[in-house]
Amino acid sequence: METIYALASASGKAGVAVVRVSGSAVDTVCLRMAGRLPQPRLATVCRIQDLEGGYLDEALVLRFLEGASFTGESVVEFHLHGSLAVVSAVLRTLGCFDGLRLAEPGEFTRRALENGRMELTQVEGLSDLIEAETEAQRVQALRQLSGALGQKTAEWRTQLVQAASLLEATIDFADEEVPVDVTPDVERLLQAVDTSIRGELRGLEAAERVRSGFVVAIVGAPNAGKSTLLNMLAGRDAAITSEIAGTTRDVIEVRLDIAGLAVTLLDTAGLRETTDPLEVAGISRARVRAAEADLRIHLDVAGQAVDDLLQENDICLVSKDDDGVFENGVSAKTGWGIDRLILLLEKRLKDVPASAGLVNRQRHREALERGLDHLGSAIALVSEGSDMYDLASEELRAAIHGLQRLVGQVDVEDLLGEIFANFCIGK
Amino acid sequence: MKHDRVDVIVVGGGHAGTEAAAAAARMGAETLLITLRLSDLGVMSCNPAIGGLGKGHLVREIDALDGIMGRIADKAGIQFRLLNRRKGPAVQGPRAQADRALYRSAMRTEIESTPHLTVLEAEVADLSVKGDRVTGVQLADGSIIPAGAVILTSGTFLRGVIHIGDRQIAGGRMGDRPSVRLAERIESLGLPLGRLKTGTPPRIDGKTIDWARLEKQPGDEDPVMFSFFSKAPEARQISCGITETNEKTHEIIRENLDQSAMYGGHIEGVGPRYCPSIEDKVVRFADKSSHQIFLEPESLSDDLIYPNGISTSLPEEAQQAYVRSIRGLEHADIVQPGYAIEYDYVDPRALDSRLHLRSMQGLFLAGQINGTTGYEEAAAQGLVSGANAAAEVLGKDALIFSRTTSYIGVMVDDLTTKGVSEPYRMFTSRAEFRLSLRADNADSRLTPFGLDHGLVQAERRLMFETKAEALEAAKSKLVGARLLPRDLEAAGLKAPKDGQPRSAYHVLSDRDVDWSLISKLVPELETVLPDIAAQLEREALYASYVERQKRDVAALAKDEGYRIPDDFDYDALSGLSNEITLKLKTVRPETLAQAGRIEGVTPAALTLILAALKRQAMSRAV
Ligand SMILES: Cc1cc2nc3c(=O)[nH]c(=O)nc-3n(C[C@H](O)[C@H](O)[C@H](O)COP(=O)(O)OP(=O)(O)OC[C@H]3O[C@@H](n4cnc5c(N)ncnc54)[C@H](O)[C@@H]3O)c2cc1C
Repeated sequence: METIYALASASGKAGVAVVRVSGSAVDTVCLRMAGRLPQPRLATVCRIQDLEGGYLDEALVLRFLEGASFTGESVVEFHLHGSLAVVSAVLRTLGCFDGLRLAEPGEFTRRALENGRMELTQVEGLSDLIEAETEAQRVQALRQLSGALGQKTAEWRTQLVQAASLLEATIDFADEEVPVDVTPDVERLLQAVDTSIRGELRGLEAAERVRSGFVVAIVGAPNAGKSTLLNMLAGRDAAITSEIAGTTRDVIEVRLDIAGLAVTLLDTAGLRETTDPLEVAGISRARVRAAEADLRIHLDVAGQAVDDLLQENDICLVSKDDDGVFENGVSAKTGWGIDRLILLLEKRLKDVPASAGLVNRQRHREALERGLDHLGSAIALVSEGSDMYDLASEELRAAIHGLQRLVGQVDVEDLLGEIFANFCIGK
Repeated sequence: MKHDRVDVIVVGGGHAGTEAAAAAARMGAETLLITLRLSDLGVMSCNPAIGGLGKGHLVREIDALDGIMGRIADKAGIQFRLLNRRKGPAVQGPRAQADRALYRSAMRTEIESTPHLTVLEAEVADLSVKGDRVTGVQLADGSIIPAGAVILTSGTFLRGVIHIGDRQIAGGRMGDRPSVRLAERIESLGLPLGRLKTGTPPRIDGKTIDWARLEKQPGDEDPVMFSFFSKAPEARQISCGITETNEKTHEIIRENLDQSAMYGGHIEGVGPRYCPSIEDKVVRFADKSSHQIFLEPESLSDDLIYPNGISTSLPEEAQQAYVRSIRGLEHADIVQPGYAIEYDYVDPRALDSRLHLRSMQGLFLAGQINGTTGYEEAAAQGLVSGANAAAEVLGKDALIFSRTTSYIGVMVDDLTTKGVSEPYRMFTSRAEFRLSLRADNADSRLTPFGLDHGLVQAERRLMFETKAEALEAAKSKLVGARLLPRDLEAAGLKAPKDGQPRSAYHVLSDRDVDWSLISKLVPELETVLPDIAAQLEREALYASYVERQKRDVAALAKDEGYRIPDDFDYDALSGLSNEITLKLKTVRPETLAQAGRIEGVTPAALTLILAALKRQAMSRAV
């Protein structure tokens, strides 16, 4: 059984975050990260460190022995300080252990079931729990893949399917008129994916450093007053504000503390139809960032939301309400509505499962790293020529499997479809 | 006329039917094989070849379960070729060109000499049905034969329609009537039916071919046989001729396209993409100026030639014209025109993994009727249905094949969970555990399973056990022998830098190290028999991969162990989305593993199903 881990406590701005690890590698993890094996069932304060010995947090560690835990396996729980940065670092460290992976939704429960650790009554109540997990995951997955990453993964998928289909064609249709040596083509495709994944991983790291808090995007048509609102909230001139529509071409970030919450405010380019290539690029970047944010403030002179970006819990404001006539109006000139906005932000952000996004990023990272590993082996094997194709295609299969969460399932039908489209098969 | 009751009736004497009947009889069931004509036994409707990639694996597996196809093909083989010889052993597939006449006579002898098995020449017109159970069959003469279970293997005969140009002939195969009444009965059972098509090329008189102008393709010098029993080919070995189409051929085909049954819009069925007609090739790959054709002798005893690669449904005159445009065929005579055939198939998702219909007790379906194509696919299903029908009637345990241990399991699982969108054919890429499902180890994988269920008989048991012991002994020598880095260096091999000794097994896993090298280093291995050595060599080669897959295999096997009852109530599960519920209700997976393979079913949904299964089990226990 693989050892699995996940954030087990509810998300949001909590005082304590619980990370649970279950499986045979628990003791190894505990020794490396907490420096010792605390007495079972005895909450023990330990200094938590990463694999290089770097300090992560001072936390309560709770250990359960096999047969006497929720899952029935060896379990350790880290009760951490509820900061996203700490949780993120701990999850990342766990991901570095051999044979550890992030738990699937419902997986702890599943192990508990399989090990007979659940009473009939407990089983009855399970479905709600799992439903919640699933829904949250679905929403998150959609959100994360809608933007640039979605586009990239679609490209990876195409290239991986092509590469796999070339290898399979030489294997399954060896007695047909198909090429014998596909090494250069496969190498080219796999190299491209490899390079692109490496880039994505670097980006992910950078993003994580910035994103140790909530992200709020301000969206709306050009000149709706987004930059002005940002400046108001930030109390300084962070974005260029001018009267010419379309000044904010890129995304500008300002970090704030709103009622004790770390918030990164994004001022996005005005969303409008345009042909200026520079602006088009800016707008598409803005959309992606806005879609991935935890919350959006929609700003419009008539209080209209940007429909395709609107998500539950978003805030819609009437801008330039200098006379203070609207309940949800704001004015940069008079300061009308700003205090209310801050209160509203605080209230909404506490409801946002910010750590769900974090877990998802951890999942992406794991998927990317796992895929990359096998991709490397596949490239090495392919380069040795056609008598290694059976092993190369096995590594490629594993790579695709690792990336499955991102690129989707690649079924043998996808490969066959590609083969039949490209080669005239059929004696 | 009155007939005695039998245990199992098999309808159809094609590849599925013969293998089904033989399997049921091996299990000890009194079996009756009913087919339209006695001469049907072992008829190859199309290409007279057995095996190939994925297909060859199926034949080895059938043989490992004491089935008949492998032995018959070895007897009738007139050219043996191991495909992918230069690639890894997991993806090598044995293939043989078979003499049609030899195959039929060997099959007939085999069937007629099988204990517990009787053959009857008759047309089955209807099924006897009582409630939701099939109780026997009714013949065209009105007589009824009662049986414990019935297996339908009627191939392309369900509402078969043959197309040659715009000419249409009702028939299950050239020269055979279709089974119309039986088709009506099946329709009345409310089964989901679909329509597929396939085609075959014209047959050519070999005496009219100018062989001198053609390149030859001989068989392998050291033929690889299908059966674990066989040592060498029995029939005289031949070569095939190779020629190709040209621009002229393509022009003739293009000019006549509107008369092709397929392009004239006479056919609605879906054809296999991997077996396109020459019309299809010319249209879809317009930039190719030539397509290869293999001229394969159908028999040592006549001159019939099967031109592999030019299946067609053009009118006969057009066929004649394009054939004669081909090098070496300038004066060729067509003996039987090519044709396309359309037929009904039953959506195999209506079956469980024994190939038993979920909605009708006692009725099994196997072969092309389930939407597959190919002799090997048909035979493998025949074996599954025959063994299981017998098991049911005799009150024995069902034989469930797993994806983790056999191509047979892969096929049955694909068919029953995913259904088909075109005629289903086996490919090695369908098997996710391809590296461990090899042709060489089919017996290690399946013979013990067959023995457990009573499907394998004494003679094979003896052979298998002898081999298994030899394998075990050689392997322990191999694992036990330690080789030092300097031994390896002396033999000219890469030596590990750590100075540590390696087991000979470990050293053998290197692609550059073969048995002869290892046995020089470890003299006790010199006495190991060649076939044992070959198998160990292969096993070692993939050992690290197979080890890595073990976890996946174990996870899958565990999920296969969670059986979901047929009447499982998905609506009662709160927490499943409507979309997933609907999918689960349509497919009705038999195990958690199958449920997990349905697109869109999440790990969380599986946990929910598992929870409900546990709950049911617990409340039953209370
Ligand atoms: C024209 C044609 C082209 C083909 N081309 C290819 C190809 O290119 N590649 C490939 O892999 N496969 C091809 N096949 C398929 C291959 O021949 C079949 O998949 C395989 O033979 C199926 O075996 P089966 O046992 O299911 O059916 P069949 O071999 O068709 O056997 C059915 C048997 O049932 C008997 N029968 C039917 N109805 C009754 C009844 N009412 N009562 C009693 N007996 C009955 C028939 O007499 C027959 O013996 C082709 C088939 C045909 C007909």
